[in-house]
Amino acid sequence: MTLLHLEGIEAAYGAAQALFGVDLTVDEGEVLALMGRNGMGKSTTIRVICRLMAHSAGQVRFAGQDMARTPPHVAARAGLGLVPEGRRVFSNLTVGENLIAAARPGPWDMRKVTQLFPRLGERAGQVAGHLSGGEQQMLAIGRALMTNPRLMLLDEATEGLAPVVRQEIWSALDAVRRDSGLSLLVVDKSLAELGRIAERAVILERGRSVWHGAMSQVAGEVANTYLGV
Amino acid sequence: MMRRETILNLLVFLALPAVALAALALDEPFTITLATRAAILALAAVGLNLALGLGGLVSLGHAVFFGLGGYAMGILASHAQSYAPLDLGLFVIDGTKSMPVIWLVAISVSALAALLIGLLALRTTGVYFIMITLAFGQMFYYFTISWPAYGGEDGLSIYVRNSFPGLNTLDPVQFFGLVFALLALVLWIMGRIERSAFGLALGTARQNATRVETVGLSPFKLRLVAFVISGAVTGLAGALFADLNRFVSPTMFSWQMSGEFIVFIVLGGIGRLFGPVVGACLFVLLEHLLSGVSEFWLIYLGAILLFVVLFARGGVIGALVGQGGRHE
Repeated sequence: MTLLHLEGIEAAYGAAQALFGVDLTVDEGEVLALMGRNGMGKSTTIRVICRLMAHSAGQVRFAGQDMARTPPHVAARAGLGLVPEGRRVFSNLTVGENLIAAARPGPWDMRKVTQLFPRLGERAGQVAGHLSGGEQQMLAIGRALMTNPRLMLLDEATEGLAPVVRQEIWSALDAVRRDSGLSLLVVDKSLAELGRIAERAVILERGRSVWHGAMSQVAGEVANTYLGV
Repeated sequence: MMRRETILNLLVFLALPAVALAALALDEPFTITLATRAAILALAAVGLNLALGLGGLVSLGHAVFFGLGGYAMGILASHAQSYAPLDLGLFVIDGTKSMPVIWLVAISVSALAALLIGLLALRTTGVYFIMITLAFGQMFYYFTISWPAYGGEDGLSIYVRNSFPGLNTLDPVQFFGLVFALLALVLWIMGRIERSAFGLALGTARQNATRVETVGLSPFKLRLVAFVISGAVTGLAGALFADLNRFVSPTMFSWQMSGEFIVFIVLGGIGRLFGPVVGACLFVLLEHLLSGVSEFWLIYLGAILLFVVLFARGGVIGALVGQGGRHE
């Protein structure tokens, strides 16, 4: 069943149009990779999905509902869990407080999140702003999980982190996908790591979705043409 | 650091009843009244602190709720003392001299006013929010001035303090005890709110509203709930203040009153649970000591406030325990 459906999305920052026609779908339980070079509209697409930005044309449907007039907090309540770019935890709250502030009823609770990321349990009383980058990222993911989303959106979740920490986070995301069947929409630059967890990919080029296909096919000429790798 | 702040909070909190009991022993009822006044003003500012300190809502109209609480008491008690029923249009009720009933009315009316004002004012932020709350304050102020039924500009005197079951409220120390118990109860509730998921989200919405929205919380609703609770507490303080003075007047609605509440919070320490208590006690103490020295005592208060704002950003509590208090 289709959970998220974007059709012909256009959006602009003031006079500067950023999206010129983005189509994508995410099915229930599916992991979709949203790819593209820098400045092609990946983060803008995420912002439109989460309603942090309005679209000027096209349609966003989530769980069968048209989201055109939905404010961001209602979109989040409907089941869109965002792990924003640059981590952005509640830096002056403790780890535990970050998780409590976001909590909503559902299978994901404090116990399950700290099982997934034991370091969060160990640092529950520590102020989030004092955590390492990797720990903050784990917290951002944990906080999104605490909202018990149906679709989690990860915008450059492992950017700027040490390889070991990246590995840990990807493994955790893989475990989340396998165990809970949560749908994921992942934006990342690492082809190898996306290949581990994503089934399908959509590639954006200058604000348009230009390639749709299986993740396994993102290689060779496709990768070279659209991703510059 | 937290531990030092906790000890300081406890000391400040116990200082109030200590002063009252010492005054009782020395037979100085006026000092008990001063302590009661400090506790009531502290309560009003504790209410504002939820909106201002935690929610970041600089309301220059909290005197509206203080005044509504005061007039709730004044109107109900004046009808009780004159035995004239109170005609509310749809129904007619008798006045009352019972404090619990008056408090309930004061809290309800203030909460309702905060809800209506909040629905409008919270659509704006920053200086516009300040101006809208100020405008509401002035509306109420001028309305009561031109409302002859309840004394207009002259205000309304209540001859005998209202009653509370089991207490002689005319005895200063008993009335102080009652006020202090309410202050303690409200501080305990505020402490719980601060640590609750709601309080955490409210504090975070002050710093970054978008981040809160992405986890499914509406900053508007968080702020509205905080504003209503805040208004209700300040309303309760207004009813007590009117009972302390046995008098209500439009000055309870004045913007200077709203300004004083902000001063208490800034003096004590913004966003700190006991900040308003320290601020209000200091204010009453300075008012008492300095007004004996000069009728322009507010100049000295202004200088102290300037010093605190420039050199002790965490207020007096922040200066005494160091800046490293809770999440600052």
